[in-house]
Amino acid sequence: MDISRRKFFKVTAAAGGVAACAAAKPALAREAKEPDPNGYGMLNDSARCIGCKACQVACKKENKRPAESSLQDELYDSPRNMSDHTYTLIKLFKDEKNGVSSFVKRQCMHCVDPACQSACIVGALKKQPDGSVKYDGDMCMGCRYCMVACPFNVPQFEWHKAIPVITKCTLCSENRLAKGKPTACSDACPAGAIVFGKRGDLLKIAHARIEAEPERYVDHVYGENEVGGTNVFYLTKKQVAFASLGLPDFDYRPVSGLTESIQHRIFQYFIPPIAVYTILGGIMFYNQRRKDLAAQAHGGDGHE
Amino acid sequence: MSRPAVPLRQKFFTFNVAVLLFFIGAGAVFAYFRFFHGFASVTNLNPGFPWGIWISFDVACGVALAAGGFTTAAIVEIFGQGKYHALLRPATLTAFIGYFLVALAVCFDLGKYYNIWHALVFWNGTSVLFEVAWCVMLYLTVLAIENLPAVVEQYKGNVQLPGTLGMFNRPGNWAMGKADVFLRRTMAFFVIAGVVLSFGHQSSLGTLMLIAPYKLHELWYTPLSPLLFLTSAVSVGIPMVIFEATLATKFFGRKPETELLGGIAEYIPSFLGTYLLLRLGDLAYRGVLAKAFDGSIQGYSFLVELSLFAIPYFLLKRPRIRQSGTKLFLCACSVILAVVLNRFNVFLIGVDPGSGYNYFPSVGEVAVTLAFVAFGVLLYKIGVNYLPILEAEEPDHEPA
Repeated sequence: MDISRRKFFKVTAAAGGVAACAAAKPALAREAKEPDPNGYGMLNDSARCIGCKACQVACKKENKRPAESSLQDELYDSPRNMSDHTYTLIKLFKDEKNGVSSFVKRQCMHCVDPACQSACIVGALKKQPDGSVKYDGDMCMGCRYCMVACPFNVPQFEWHKAIPVITKCTLCSENRLAKGKPTACSDACPAGAIVFGKRGDLLKIAHARIEAEPERYVDHVYGENEVGGTNVFYLTKKQVAFASLGLPDFDYRPVSGLTESIQHRIFQYFIPPIAVYTILGGIMFYNQRRKDLAAQAHGGDGHE
Repeated sequence: MSRPAVPLRQKFFTFNVAVLLFFIGAGAVFAYFRFFHGFASVTNLNPGFPWGIWISFDVACGVALAAGGFTTAAIVEIFGQGKYHALLRPATLTAFIGYFLVALAVCFDLGKYYNIWHALVFWNGTSVLFEVAWCVMLYLTVLAIENLPAVVEQYKGNVQLPGTLGMFNRPGNWAMGKADVFLRRTMAFFVIAGVVLSFGHQSSLGTLMLIAPYKLHELWYTPLSPLLFLTSAVSVGIPMVIFEATLATKFFGRKPETELLGGIAEYIPSFLGTYLLLRLGDLAYRGVLAKAFDGSIQGYSFLVELSLFAIPYFLLKRPRIRQSGTKLFLCACSVILAVVLNRFNVFLIGVDPGSGYNYFPSVGEVAVTLAFVAFGVLLYKIGVNYLPILEAEEPDHEPA
């Protein structure tokens, strides 16, 4: 009796393991979301940027954000990183190899298939038809999984507030785009380094710039395909690699592919949980019955 | 099985309780600042590390270490190992306390904690966290139901509320009677549901960080992560039961249950073996084992984690180790530390957000975490003192 029970235990354990393996096996990335060429976005041309930070000032004004001084005298806005008060930021980077420096504008990439949208527990982050990734602070519960998920570390949290929410670039979706105006930062740029427009048009402009001056630009539009595509693109000087600008060589697949396929496999029509439930129920019934029969054979009433 | 469970009914306010209350008080002070002056006033959390020890320990480790509940339930009730019945009620109680504290800790960590119910109404099926939230919520309910028989047993036909509340005595008794009948008929359903729900969220906790392929170190970023989280949680279930039972016998002055614990410990090597096989197989298959020896903090952390898993695997195969109370306890501690370190590795040590940020928990964060642990111990003491959780001991000093 004891041997058969043990064997039974082992077999079911093995079966459970195999079932779980099948569920956890990495599926091919789910169907990629197609970029909408009519969604709005921006092209940040690092080769043209002169580092005047007019975009930063315009952004703060538009979003009514306070200045952040990293200097002792607190005389003017000088954030070092993106924060809950700083949605966009001009940073200066040196290429790791040849030491040539370049400015780059940091901001939300408004991904085609946003990791934050996939991660958000309540769906407070959503890609909009206008191209922006919109955040709804009233829905949000402040779990910060979007910050973990975002490969560009864009979403910021209000660490100094008793009731904090997430903040990030809105692509001026509600306050400007809806009124037919371009984003505040692109409007302020005096160097033509920030181009506002539809995703499809921006790609054409970016490739045209590379084609016109192939000796000036790296022949790649960052964001065309990275992490499934973004609505904010980057161009860089020939001497400065994208990776040196804090734009790593990301894969062309969205980062949420693996988690979503695992979730999908485990919960498709609830088959795996129901199967596990049925197997366990069967084992329980079998053991209970065996115990009852054994008790009856000993003249008991079937209970301990 | 042989003897009924009874409340301990010991003196409640001991020195140890005072120590627990001190830790809870200290945590409460820091919690005040977190709730009224923001995270920055207490924590070292930053844009690169939005999750600190409140998530990696209080939530991730809390859930894993509460696995004693569903593993014991599965062994005793589903696989019919009735001889370990004495371990079931304490394991179910600690699991309930554990999950209750996880839920509480989540509320401390959420920015807008009062929106926690949004997970019920605003659904985002692609979110791993959404699935974790639902499973934890349902399992906490199941655990509450699984603990009800102890309450019913104690108060059925015996509800005596003080003063004017006495008018509720009769409806109270009536409800207890109804609950008794209901629970007897449906318990099997809840027991299995508890195991299935545990499978669901234990594994999903392992899926959480898979959304950050460029942040989590290769030693832990694997598509097998959910399965590894599940098998490690199953592995740590019995060690937690041993750990808690050993401490309970020590602090409540009870006789050691070495024979019983040594018996159930027999399962540990097969669980640990399965885990280690999957873990090492996965690392070898992905060809990243060499990363463990590159001299980085992550590499060393992985080696320590692996040793803490592997050593008890080999030791617990020997009957002599299992039958020694102290050695068994130390082996259990090793597995527990292994799982704790694994969760820290996945959620903190193995994480590099790539933005130059670092994180080390602040005094306030540690104080709040310790307060949760102390609160859990206090709840356990209240539970076993006033409810029939632990089995009655044989009359002492009987001539052998």
